[in-house]
Parts: sequence; C-alpha cells; structure tokens
Amino acid sequence: MSMKSSVEVKNISFSYGKTEILNDLSLDIKEGEFMVLLGPSGCGKTTLLNCIAGLLDLTDGQIWIEDDNVTWKEPKDRHIGMVFQSYALYPSMTVEKNLSFGLRMMGTAKDLINEKIKKAANLLQINELLKRKPSQLSGGQRQRVAIGRALVRDAKVFLFDEPLSNLDAKLRAELRYEIKKLHRDLSNTMIYVTHDQIEAMTLADRISVMKDGLIQQLDTPKQIYNKPANLFVAGFIGSPSMNFLNAKFDKSNQNIIVGNKQIDISKYENINNMINDQKVVFGIRPENINIEKNENSIQCKVELVEPMGADTLVWTSIEGNPISIRLEGSSNFNLNDEINILFDINKSSIFDSKSEERI
Amino acid sequence: MSSIPSGPRPKYLTVGRIGMYCFILVCALFFLMPLYVMVITSLKDMDEIRAANILNLPKELSFYSWPKAWSQACTGFVCEGLKPGFFNSIKITVPSVIVSVGLSAINGYALAFWRFKGAYFFFGLCMFGAFIPYQVMVYPLLKIEDALGIYSTLPGIILVHTIFGMPILTLIFRNFYVSLPIDLFKAARIDGGNFIKIFLYVIIPMSAPITIVAVILQVTGIWNDFLLGLVFAGRDNQPMTVQLNNIVQVDYGVAEYNVDMSATILTSLVPLFVYFISGRWFVRGIAAGAIKG
Repeated sequence: MSMKSSVEVKNISFSYGKTEILNDLSLDIKEGEFMVLLGPSGCGKTTLLNCIAGLLDLTDGQIWIEDDNVTWKEPKDRHIGMVFQSYALYPSMTVEKNLSFGLRMMGTAKDLINEKIKKAANLLQINELLKRKPSQLSGGQRQRVAIGRALVRDAKVFLFDEPLSNLDAKLRAELRYEIKKLHRDLSNTMIYVTHDQIEAMTLADRISVMKDGLIQQLDTPKQIYNKPANLFVAGFIGSPSMNFLNAKFDKSNQNIIVGNKQIDISKYENINNMINDQKVVFGIRPENINIEKNENSIQCKVELVEPMGADTLVWTSIEGNPISIRLEGSSNFNLNDEINILFDINKSSIFDSKSEERI
Repeated sequence: MSSIPSGPRPKYLTVGRIGMYCFILVCALFFLMPLYVMVITSLKDMDEIRAANILNLPKELSFYSWPKAWSQACTGFVCEGLKPGFFNSIKITVPSVIVSVGLSAINGYALAFWRFKGAYFFFGLCMFGAFIPYQVMVYPLLKIEDALGIYSTLPGIILVHTIFGMPILTLIFRNFYVSLPIDLFKAARIDGGNFIKIFLYVIIPMSAPITIVAVILQVTGIWNDFLLGLVFAGRDNQPMTVQLNNIVQVDYGVAEYNVDMSATILTSLVPLFVYFISGRWFVRGIAAGAIKG
C-alpha cells in the first residue's frame, strides 16, 4: 500500500428528494488499500459506494479516481469493477458471455478477450463453468463469476456491495478467504460495503464505520476494536458486544461509582481528562474480564452459561446491568456459582454520557 | 374405514367439491352453447335452417357455406367473401403489433430504469391514457390524420392502433421491468452499456414472457377491432370484422345464416388460435408482471 490516493471522496452530499443520505462526507482511500465501509442498514454505505461507481448523481462535491475528476463521468469510464449482493449476472448469457460482456461493449479484440477470460477463470477456478448459464450455478459459483466479471475489466478499483450476504455461513467464510487472497495477489484498491463486522475485521486495511450518513470512525480494525471512538462504534463492533455500565466519576478516589459498587480506574490512560462527578459510560469487552479475587474485584453470581466450543460465555450482572464474560472453552461454571470478577482497566473504554465520545 | 392416522390423508368427495364441479360444468356449457349453435348452423343448408330446430344436429352435412363465406359472399357491392378482409386485417395487425409493442418496450424500459425528470408525470399520463375511452378521441384524431394526409390509408390505421395500444402496453412493460433486479442494470452500466446497448443485449433477452403477453393483447385487440377499422382504414383496407359486418347486415335478398356463421367463425379463428398456442405463456407472463420478480 502506497501513500498515493486511489479514490478521493471530496465533501460529497447526496439526497433523495428532500431526504438527505450523505452530507459533506469526505474519504481518502490509498492505492492498493482494502477499505471496508461498515454500518447498520440505512447508514448510507451503499449510497456512498453507488456514488463512487457513478450510479447515482451527487448533490454536491467531487469524486476523484486515480487523480482524475470523475464526478461527471459515466460508470463505464471510471475504471471500476463492481460486485453486487444479488450477483447481477445476465441470466440469458453463459458464464463466458457474462465475463466478456464489458470487453465486448468496449470493442476489445477477440483474442485478447479470450486470454483475459482464461486468466480470470483460472484465478477463480471457474474453468469448468464457462459454458453454463447462471441459473445452473450455485450461489458461491455465481459470486465467483461476478468477481470474475470485475476482474477481466482490469479495473483499477474494485467495489463490493455486500457480496457475501446471500451465502450461507460456510461459503461466506470460504469466499471471504478468497477475496482476501485476491487482494493479496492483485493488490488493487478495493472498497467493500458490509454490515458484517467479521468480514470488516478480517478483510480491511482500514474500516470506516458509518451511521446516519456520517463516518463515526476511520481506522485500522485493531484500533477500532480496541479504542472505539464513541459509544456507537463500541456497541456495533464485537460479538458478543461490549458490556456497558452507567457510572459517575469520583476524582478523589480515582473510582467510578456504579450504584453502590466502586471500580478503580486509576490505570485508565486518559483519566486526567475526566472531571469530578462526570457522568460516564464504562465499557469493557467480555474477554477483558477475568475471574480473579483481589481487593478490586467484584463478587457476583453466575446467571447463565453459554458454551460456544472454543470459548464459554458466562453471564452475570452488576447492579442490574447484564455483564458477559468470555472464558476458555474448558472452563466449568454452574448456575448460581459465586464468582469474583476483575476488569482489565487498560483495555477498557470510557465514554462521556452526554457526548458519547471516548474519553 | 377405520385406522390410525398414518401416511397421506385420505381424500373425500366433499359437498364443496361437488358444488365446484357443477359450477364449472354450467360455466363450460354456457360458453360452449353459442359455439355449438354456430358450428352446426354453418353445416346445415338453408332448408334445414328454416325448419327452425336450432339445437338439432344437421341431418345432412353441407359444407358449401364455408367456401362461400371465404370467397363469394357479398360485402356490400363486391362479392369476394371475407378473403380480402382477412389479408387486410393481417396487413393492419402485423405492423401495428410490431410497432406498438416495440415502442412500448422501449418506453417501459426508460420509465423503469432511467428515472428522468418528469418520469412520474409521464407515468401518470400513461395511466390516464390507458383508461380514457377511445371513442372520445376518434373525431380529433380523424381531423389530425386528414390534415396529415394519411386518413383512410393503411399507415393511417396502423398509426391509430399504435397510439391506442401504447399507454397500456407501456404500463405493462414498465411494471415488468421494475420487477427485474436493478443490480442487473447497474452492472450493465458499469460494463459499458449505454441506453440502446443495455436494452438490446440485457433487457430484451429477459423480456420474452411480457412480450408474449403484449403481443397477445395487441393481436386480439387489433384483430377484433371494428370501430377504428371502419372509421380509419378506408374502403381499400377494410379489416375482416368490418367485412363480416357487411355480410351479416344484408339490406336486401335472403339472410343466409349458415354463411353468416361460417364467416363469424372464420373471423374469430385468429384470436382463438393465438390463445390456444399461448395460453401457458399468457398466464406466466401475467404472473411475472403482476406479482413480483
């Protein structure tokens, strides 16, 4: 990945009639970068992708691809390839014709078309399928063909619109791996829209978490997972999700107070930014809670146990707030067992109650 | 019969089922009766018809009314039967169907996929146009065609049929295309298709079911049309229906009911044939357009 920009989204706005979907949004995607746009449905991520593709006209702003202002250009002139959730293969054409459609439209020479199809088919292992119609393919095969269609066009930028959402879990994992490998081998710029955080975490160089048409956080998967910028990102990323406790900061004791329990947060990195009596939300991921007894630990009761194979999820509660704890798969707890839990404050996140921003 | 419930549920003949069969039978008889009368009357000679046993089978089969209806019966002052009308109807129907279906497909495609400014207004206009009784437009249209110099000509009647067919056909095509996945259209745009190329290479190959519906609607509609043919076609291009009317409405001489019946059956053969060969497609197309894709 170089530092050169591949796709630059400059202050774009988009509305359907009076409904504003995107407002003054900017995004800079580097050459060869795998950028994931992640967010719940209705957050504007697909709209943003369609704007980049040129399938929607902007209300305001500019789109640049490879140092070329493509804002007013037709989709076909933007050097992009796109893969859709519904595959969008032309039902009346064979796989081969599907792959070559774009090249035929451009008037590419036959020999060159055949050569490119061969290369793409080899890469995606769809050689045997070339003479078939889309209706004779399985979902996974269809999506491979759809990726192949983007491949043969020598696109500079690949756009993926929830490409794996229609597949079953096993196939999804398989194709996820293939897409990652494809990116490793081709090192094209890729922009990938999904609502699946596992896809986002595994594939992305950087994730842009979106909500209500705004980018909430733009960072590497690691940063986003470990240091979520606000309450929304913290809650959206991670499964099972982060535990939250409403609390009040007590400056003199460097404690936060939850009901009548106190949690020592003196080790929290940004404790100096907090003021006395500040209302905060304390967030901690299930894997950052340990079963350990010392003067800071809190005693509670096991309320539910969910064995998940590799790990076991133990549910308890503090002052009425449910807390999940992720433990080893081999750990053995029973209902109503008394446990002492200890938070790993270094790995916790604390948010201001009002602004919901990370402190 | 007594047993523990196991396996497929036994089927009983219920009262409801018997009632349904009775209803179907009555309906079938109701619609078949006129056809029966028409066919047997056409196979009787005039003496037997005058005997007035309308439902009796012919005592002696006589086929002379059929060739007479086809090539000798008098339609006004000429006595050449329905034959010229048949070919006139073909000359009117074939180009009208091709032009109206072709244009409507393009219109429907544009309305469904290229959301241009005013598309909704145009859509509403089509709805409006589809429900206006066309009789109110006959006179203005006649004046327009007269001014254009195509009144009473073959192009004149073809234009009229095309115009009256387009609103409803455009709606049918538009609704069908709206049900196609929009991603296909997006993919085609990225693949380099323009308005015409996407229509030709992507949309048309998927349009078979709805095109068949449109063709059936237009063929039967135009073939069965009487009023527009009478008004716009002119003396040289009178369609079969107008000539049939001329045969049946004799002002002098003897009414030959067997010839009338043969002529009527001959005239309705084309739409009947179209329904028979395409019934399956018709249902499929209606479902494809109406329910969802």
